Amino acid sequence: MSNVIAFALVGVGLFCLGLYALIVQAHLLRKILAINIMGSGVFMIMVALAKRGADGPDPVPHAMVITGIVVAVSATALALTLMLSLSAASGSAKLSDD
Amino acid sequence: MNWDNWVPLLVVLSSLLPGLIIFSLAEQRVRTRTTLNLFGVITKLGLVALMVWGVYNEHHYETRLELLPNLELVLRAGPLSLLFVILSAGLWLLTTIYAIGYLEGSPHRSRFFGFFSLCVTATVGVALAGNLITFLLFYELLTLSTYPLVVHRGTLAARRAGQTYLIYTVFGGACLLLGTVWLYSITGTLEFTPRGFISGLGDEHRSALIMIFILLITGLGVKAALFPLHGWLPQAMVAPAPVSALLHAVAVVKAGAFGIIRVVYEVFGIGTAAALGVTTPLAGLAAFTIIYGSIRALFQDDLKRRLAFSTISQVAYIILGIAIVGPIATIGGVVHLFHQGLMKITLFFCAGNLAETLEIHKISEMNGVGKRMPWTMAAFTIGAFGMIGAPPIAGFITKWYLGMGAVNTGQNWIILVLIGSSLLNAMYFLPILHRAWFLEPPKSWPVDRQFGRKETAWALLLPPLVTAAIAVGVGLLASVPFSPLEWAKLISQREFYQP
Amino acid sequence: MQDMFSHIPWALVLILLPLLTGMTSFLWPRSAATLGVATAAILVIAVAGLGWQLHYLYDGTYHHAVGGWGAPLGIALHADGLSLLMLTATALVGMGVSVYSLTYFDREKALRFWPIWLFLLAALNALFLSADIFNLYVTLELLGLAAVSLTALAGGKAALDGAMRYLLATLLGSLCYLLGVALLYHSYGSVDIATLAQRVEATPAVWSAMGLIGIGMLLKAALFPLHFWLPRAHASAPAPVSAVLSALVIKAAFYILLRLWLSLFGPLSESGAELLGLLGAVAILWGSIQALRQVRLKLLIAYSTVAQIGYLFLAFPLAAFAALSTWNAVAYLALSHALAKAAMFLAAGNLLRFGGHDRIRDLGGVVQRLPLTAWAFALAGVSIMGLPPSGGFIGKWLLLETALDQARWDLVLVMMLGGLLAAAYVFKVLGYIFTEADISHETGEVTKTMEWAALSLAIAAMVLGFIAVPLLEWLGLEQVVGISEISQ
Repeated sequence: MSNVIAFALVGVGLFCLGLYALIVQAHLLRKILAINIMGSGVFMIMVALAKRGADGPDPVPHAMVITGIVVAVSATALALTLMLSLSAASGSAKLSDD
Repeated sequence: MNWDNWVPLLVVLSSLLPGLIIFSLAEQRVRTRTTLNLFGVITKLGLVALMVWGVYNEHHYETRLELLPNLELVLRAGPLSLLFVILSAGLWLLTTIYAIGYLEGSPHRSRFFGFFSLCVTATVGVALAGNLITFLLFYELLTLSTYPLVVHRGTLAARRAGQTYLIYTVFGGACLLLGTVWLYSITGTLEFTPRGFISGLGDEHRSALIMIFILLITGLGVKAALFPLHGWLPQAMVAPAPVSALLHAVAVVKAGAFGIIRVVYEVFGIGTAAALGVTTPLAGLAAFTIIYGSIRALFQDDLKRRLAFSTISQVAYIILGIAIVGPIATIGGVVHLFHQGLMKITLFFCAGNLAETLEIHKISEMNGVGKRMPWTMAAFTIGAFGMIGAPPIAGFITKWYLGMGAVNTGQNWIILVLIGSSLLNAMYFLPILHRAWFLEPPKSWPVDRQFGRKETAWALLLPPLVTAAIAVGVGLLASVPFSPLEWAKLISQREFYQP
Repeated sequence: MQDMFSHIPWALVLILLPLLTGMTSFLWPRSAATLGVATAAILVIAVAGLGWQLHYLYDGTYHHAVGGWGAPLGIALHADGLSLLMLTATALVGMGVSVYSLTYFDREKALRFWPIWLFLLAALNALFLSADIFNLYVTLELLGLAAVSLTALAGGKAALDGAMRYLLATLLGSLCYLLGVALLYHSYGSVDIATLAQRVEATPAVWSAMGLIGIGMLLKAALFPLHFWLPRAHASAPAPVSAVLSALVIKAAFYILLRLWLSLFGPLSESGAELLGLLGAVAILWGSIQALRQVRLKLLIAYSTVAQIGYLFLAFPLAAFAALSTWNAVAYLALSHALAKAAMFLAAGNLLRFGGHDRIRDLGGVVQRLPLTAWAFALAGVSIMGLPPSGGFIGKWLLLETALDQARWDLVLVMMLGGLLAAAYVFKVLGYIFTEADISHETGEVTKTMEWAALSLAIAAMVLGFIAVPLLEWLGLEQVVGISEISQ
């Protein structure tokens, strides 16, 4: 069972790392990466918690993770496009300050 | 199909619908606008006459509309409602005629008359409200519809006056709302009942009830220009004369005073109010306002501002009459609602005439104006003497009953207030009359609009003459049935004894 | 005929129709606008139909397992009074915004607007009809992506900046929510709300889930202090998009929080309720004060939204002792705000189009040229201020009454102050609109359609003030509030 805990903790760690980076990093690409890392953290937690012992893993969280990945991919695509348009319009890939 | 139940609603709609149509009329459609206005007025007066006849013949007029579960919108015709409705509808007719004359050629008349009609709708709704929530609804509507009238001219001064007006009235509205909801949460009903509906409550609510009373009176006192909530009124004088006339004689100020009548008699009941100990402070505040308004009036040179402070003083008579716990004082207070309306509107009409015809705004410019505009000044004189309390004009009746009521309940200090204020009234009105009649006019007036052989336009001249005549009439004919005085006696009876 | 009408699966129509027309309008751009308005109209009918069905066929709750696969694995649709409330708001505001957008967008922008707008409608409807928390996540993401795309529609630095901020905030919120979902599933083996409602207990896992979901939803609902993304997103979005953001998208997050609170979390946490109430109170005061300070009209309206959302959250501490009246108040406040705020943004859009700017001080003279717009703003303002007769007044009355009943003087004070501040910022704008001024600039074109769309929404907010009794009965929130067993 300690494998599960380890995975879950790593997931939590990723989530927190990603959150920190999201807040602190200024460059948009890094923010987007941070969100992705947070997402991966959540997925790891879900996969880790899917273990059920001898019966084999619980497929429902796996399905949820797959859906989550699809969502994350689309969201990342949108984010990257926005970032590119923003940097073309303003000259820098950072959010304005005020 | 009970038609009776639709009448109060129709009375309210008779000015709402024309008003909405008027908004969409182009500026130059003077004829259509006038027709719509008059159509609305006549319909309203007709319906009001119907209600008066009906109430006399034991008909029951009540419109109910469910607003919330267990809370209805109620419009009901009773003696007190009808007193105020007749005043509003009748004076609306005269003010409309006056406004048509006064605003001739001014911009934005469609907007003006649209909001004018909304204003009367709200006033009539206030008059016919059968419970506190309906009253609140139309009271707030009154704020919303009078604000555009105050800022109508669009100048910087008008905007500032409008801002002040809003600050006071929105604050008052919030107090009124809080008081109403609180009361509802305690009692579960808000219906206006003669002698009040909270008499059954136990002592544990005593402090809550006092707080509610203060909240309600504050909310109503803003519009009624009770000290220290009167600050908006003198500033609102930047509005055109018909607006000042309407605001001061009919709509806003009277709605506030009317509300106080309702709250003291038909929400709390005079007995309960006295038991809570709130009537004496109210009487004291009213008395102070009477003197304060009169003293401030003495120092004003601008004619409309002097009349504004006079209004502040005069409306406090109504509140004083209510706060003296006695039927005779009640008669005085209630009938003054009617009388003061007549007299004050006369004075404002005349002030508007002076401004429109001769560009006179200040009293110091009024030397000898009686020779140039005799009829206007005659009406003004009648109004002024009425304010001072000289018989046989309406104002005398009021002061007589107030005085008698004070003596009856042993509050003799009020007599001093009455005498003092009459003296002050004389001190600020008589000099105006002296100036107008007995001083020499200047060689020529700086501005002098000619209207052929008459002194000013018919539309400007007729209304003050009519209201002045009525003011004399209700004084002379005070004991005739259906006079305001007799009506006030009927109302007072219901509030103090079994009907 | 009536038989046929009553047996159409309106819930499915609500989701599938906008999806289909969205795709069609993308593939066949010529038809986009027509399809859009037609869809909006049919959605109104569909909501009416669903409401009718709920009353007469399904006894207040509708539950349908898509494809025949039931909980805990399948996706189910669930409709009750609360869903109906949100669906009604969506349909009405959707209609108004669609009509407005007919003439608002130029050709090029319209091509991109309609498909995304229709997808947004589909996502909203699907969200309000979801019966399990994972489906809520999916629809929430769909909604967020569509909303961000619409926000960026205008192009240009400010719009893109606002949209990016919004995107990052919304993704963060969704991730927090998803984590909460994971925790709940792990604890109880189901994502179906009804099933979870039966099984949930006060364990650390549930507490964490509640915290995470709470934070996620507060972020998306722009409740103080997580509201930072809202003003910027609004400032440069096109007017109809701002209307939809304030009126509907934010409410979706509130809806999720409310739904989960009623079913799962409410009975577990009193201090959570107090915290939400406190945040709501601060939001009201902070948002209103900020609104007063704004120089630009759209930002003023945006901060007004921040404030008005706070009112909805005041209900949480009150609901513990007076569930039905509190939630009725919230229903009324949410619906009126949706209509009135949408009307305000559409009116602001007209003003912006007309003058080329939205600086409040320079709005003079507008009422002469755009009287309908001025009226739309005024009437909407009356509802926002909570003055009678309007839906906002009814909501405020109900909430005040509940607060007074429970002697919550702090909440009463906040509500009264909020009303006064709202009056201050609404009349600030009205004061400028009604002043005399010469119109010395080039005026943009504002069509009658745009003006009437704004005015109609504002009038609807007014009408709401008179139909409280039948409306509350139609919504039937008593059933929703008493949820404790599986609905079948």
